Amino acid sequence: MIEKADQIFVLLAHWLVSFLPAGLQHVAMVLLGVVAIVATFPALFAITVLLERKGLGRMQNRYGPNRVGPYGLFQPIADGLKSLTKEDIVPFKADAVVHFLAPVLLVVVVFMGYAVLPMGRNMTLVSMDAGLLFFFAIGASTELSVFMAGWSSRNKYSLLGAMRAVAQMISYEVPMLLSSVAVVMITGSLSLNKIVEAQNQYTYGLPHWYIFTPWGFAGFILFAIAATAETNRSPFDLPEGESELVAGYFTEYSGFKFALFFLGEYVGMMGISGLGATLFLGGYSAPLQVLNFVPSWIWFFAKIMLAMCAFIWVRGTLPRLRQDQLMNFAWKFVLPLTLLNLVVAGMWRFMGNGWLRWVVCSAILLLAYVLMARVGMRKERFGPRIYRYAE
Amino acid sequence: MLGEGILKGLGETARNFAGSFVSAERLTTVQYPEERAPVIEDTRDFPFLVYDGSDWEAGLRCVACQICEKECPPKCIYIVKSTDKKPDYVGKPQIYPTRFDIDISVCMSCQICVEVCPFEAIKMDTQFELSTTDRFGGLLYDRKELARSNEYYHSIHPTEAAEVDARLAEEKAKAEAKAKAAAAAAAAKAAAGPAATAAPVAAKPATPDAPATAAVKPVDMETKG
Repeated sequence: MIEKADQIFVLLAHWLVSFLPAGLQHVAMVLLGVVAIVATFPALFAITVLLERKGLGRMQNRYGPNRVGPYGLFQPIADGLKSLTKEDIVPFKADAVVHFLAPVLLVVVVFMGYAVLPMGRNMTLVSMDAGLLFFFAIGASTELSVFMAGWSSRNKYSLLGAMRAVAQMISYEVPMLLSSVAVVMITGSLSLNKIVEAQNQYTYGLPHWYIFTPWGFAGFILFAIAATAETNRSPFDLPEGESELVAGYFTEYSGFKFALFFLGEYVGMMGISGLGATLFLGGYSAPLQVLNFVPSWIWFFAKIMLAMCAFIWVRGTLPRLRQDQLMNFAWKFVLPLTLLNLVVAGMWRFMGNGWLRWVVCSAILLLAYVLMARVGMRKERFGPRIYRYAE
Repeated sequence: MLGEGILKGLGETARNFAGSFVSAERLTTVQYPEERAPVIEDTRDFPFLVYDGSDWEAGLRCVACQICEKECPPKCIYIVKSTDKKPDYVGKPQIYPTRFDIDISVCMSCQICVEVCPFEAIKMDTQFELSTTDRFGGLLYDRKELARSNEYYHSIHPTEAAEVDARLAEEKAKAEAKAKAAAAAAAAKAAAGPAATAAPVAAKPATPDAPATAAVKPVDMETKG
């Protein structure tokens, strides 16, 4: 029974496919998976947007949307209808083809990332050996779409937003990759399924998630920072800084293309949350051994939604960074720490099973953190500006 | 320590988030159509015309002097004077407006019309839910739509309306006293020399409300405008 609930989608797919001739079954299976992904994540996106608007409202002591339907639950439907019925404006001077392709590319690319994410036991669309590599390679293409949008709009705000976005995404891609490399080093595999399986073990009923190790904890924090920046989320939302750039690279988008950008952003966030959960939070495995009766896919989606809530919480708390702060933070703080984290992960691997490695690894990381905070992020103190006039 | 402030901030927002569910005073939003913020007494938006008594057409205080029309900065008032006179609320014959239109899409709520009106005939309303599906005709109010009773005026601006009423009563009393004095003087004169003052006496009946007409006087001067 528990097994059935766990595998319900897999069994359902097999049952549906069994009506088809044998030659088509494999293709149909993949198509079913694609349809499921493309249907599930926009639905989650709608829920997340509602959650975000209501949660942010509560954090600012407001009600948030509460008019459409009971408790404002139908607000996403109203938003969707609104964006569908709005006029689609393409600027006269815009490069119409690229302008059209940019949101399409973004959505396609963010959905492709889900192909390799294990969403439950046996619920990976494509079980690739180099799944992590595929995810990052596909994830990097979002930059292209952002730049296409900014460039083709023929608008200075769009272009500035796109430039910022590309600079930021490339800067934070490095620490994001490096913080996940630590996981690959420990697991010895790029396959996301194997990474989850490595974490899906329990001692004394507690899971072997990588976040419960010193290098994993540090790696998770660094990964979360880099992922926030990578998805252009507050406090790293400079590319779309409303107060200075109207809406950044999608200033010139309206109607459903705008909605596609919006969708792409959130689905991308969920994808990266899913990756973070897979790498550090044990993917679809339960947080306690006694909770193993709950279907694995529930854990995966619960972790994604938890990560989205964290994103919302951070957005409700932090103000936007300045461009130089953003770059300083990426190159002077996050990147050195991720490099050190690689070293620590290596030490962890070769120091045996004793308590010593806990002490040493934690001490190194903590010390580095304190030192980096003291030295690396030290503010340059400028004295009062002295003007010297020509005599 | 780096990150301490971030944690503090996260704690603050978490407190707000949880607090907004338990304590109602955190949520300052007034959910408008159902709940309303109390209206301040000096609230004003668009002008209306005051009438006394129950019949709006007979009781209109406006005498079509057109001062407000001339003073209105955005020129949103349009008045047509009557050719005949008709008794006002005290029974004195007065000119009245056959048309009094205010285009509230043009009105800027400056209250200058109220300040210049010598008859306390135009006042500011507090009614703000004026949306309409017809942006031209629907926002051009004629005198019937503008007419509001003095009781309504009392209900929206009690202090101001009481002052206005007191002033009007005082003026009325003064006018009556003056008229009485004039009548008394005329009677005395008539008693002294009925033959000599025959002609003025004949003119007297028209003058009991002389002060009132004097008050109208500055209004009557027709400028080139």
